[in-house]
Amino acid sequence: MNKCVERLYNGIIKENPTLVLTLGMCPTLAVTTSAINGIGMGLSSTVVLVLSNLVISLLRNVIPDGVRMPSFIVIVASFVTMVQFLMQGFLPSLYDSLGIYIPLIVVNCIILGRAESYASKNPALPSAFDGLGMGLGFTIAITVLGACRELIGGGTILSTGSSALVDLTEFGYTPASIFILAPGAFFMLAMLVAIMNRVKRRKGMKPAQVPDYLAGDTDELGHKLGSLDKEEA
Amino acid sequence: MNLLIIAISAALVNNVVLSQFLGLCPFLGVSKKINTAAGMGGAVIGVITISSAICSLIYDFILTPLDLTYLNTIVFILVIATLVQFVEMLLKKTSPALYEALGVYLPLITTNCAVLGIALTNVQNSYNFIESVVSGLGTAIGFAIAIIIMAGIRERIEYNDVPESFKGMPIVLLTAGLMSIAFFGFSGIL
Repeated sequence: MNKCVERLYNGIIKENPTLVLTLGMCPTLAVTTSAINGIGMGLSSTVVLVLSNLVISLLRNVIPDGVRMPSFIVIVASFVTMVQFLMQGFLPSLYDSLGIYIPLIVVNCIILGRAESYASKNPALPSAFDGLGMGLGFTIAITVLGACRELIGGGTILSTGSSALVDLTEFGYTPASIFILAPGAFFMLAMLVAIMNRVKRRKGMKPAQVPDYLAGDTDELGHKLGSLDKEEA
Repeated sequence: MNLLIIAISAALVNNVVLSQFLGLCPFLGVSKKINTAAGMGGAVIGVITISSAICSLIYDFILTPLDLTYLNTIVFILVIATLVQFVEMLLKKTSPALYEALGVYLPLITTNCAVLGIALTNVQNSYNFIESVVSGLGTAIGFAIAIIIMAGIRERIEYNDVPESFKGMPIVLLTAGLMSIAFFGFSGIL
């Protein structure tokens, strides 16, 4: 059980996929126009992560090494399609606002990265908790990002149209709507990563790096690349 | 005329990286040098154009008649993964020089969400075959433009005095944000 708690801590804090590993940037920037979108995207990715990690870990001795990546992709894509249908059926408004980014969970680097670097080598229970930790780390990061953008760009947090959790416009705040638009996503994430870097520098840790695909980094993407190369050999 | 609008809209107005946030991983990961960025851009142009053509054909002639359109995500991602491997093998056999130049980038493209994103957007907008190809090509050119400009700027940033906390990822993101504002200017074209 200790191992499971360690996986949760690892995913949420130590190797937070968004703020530390800087993986899965596309949904991070695209859907975070509001806090509720961030929560929706984060939780649906978490569900896919937990289930795909669990299944991949259970099948890890059955799947031949050569067709590992395609098999993982099929498993992940099946769960994503299920989540897509469930969301379309039960949460149609969230489904509309997330749009094309739901099917694109398939190509989220975090999911294939965890499948490759953790689930395919470890037993089922820790793998599921690894997925849960990573998913929650992702959810927390993009919800914070969404909340910041919504607050600065719209003046509210968790707005439902008529009422909101926090509403700055009542105090005469004029929203800077560029933070809801595309450039604001880049600016806000830059600020969050810079703050993380500062905190980490104080503690004497290494700041977040831009992943460099061609330098052969030993992170998830490096593993993934290596395996793709092996596959065609 | 319609095709021209689709192409310009895909390449500049709705730039795939800067306004739709697709393909950000290679955009950030392979934009350190102009020549590698250009290589990546070239490989992406080839793969996206071919894959949007094939996905459009599969959707129209296999998935729609069989009433299997709900399987599009799974089918498209498999088609793209296979296609990338196939293109790689083909290049290796027929044109070693081109393979030398683009080979490293091809495996990376499988996980480029722009490729799957465009295939799905084409279906959503119910584009026909020709429109899908044009929109794919336009999008890919937009990606190439963005990544090459980004690489040019990053080569310059190397020599600048960036505040300690902004070194690495944050300054690259800020640059992308400024480029995104610049690309807003294109929305006046259409």
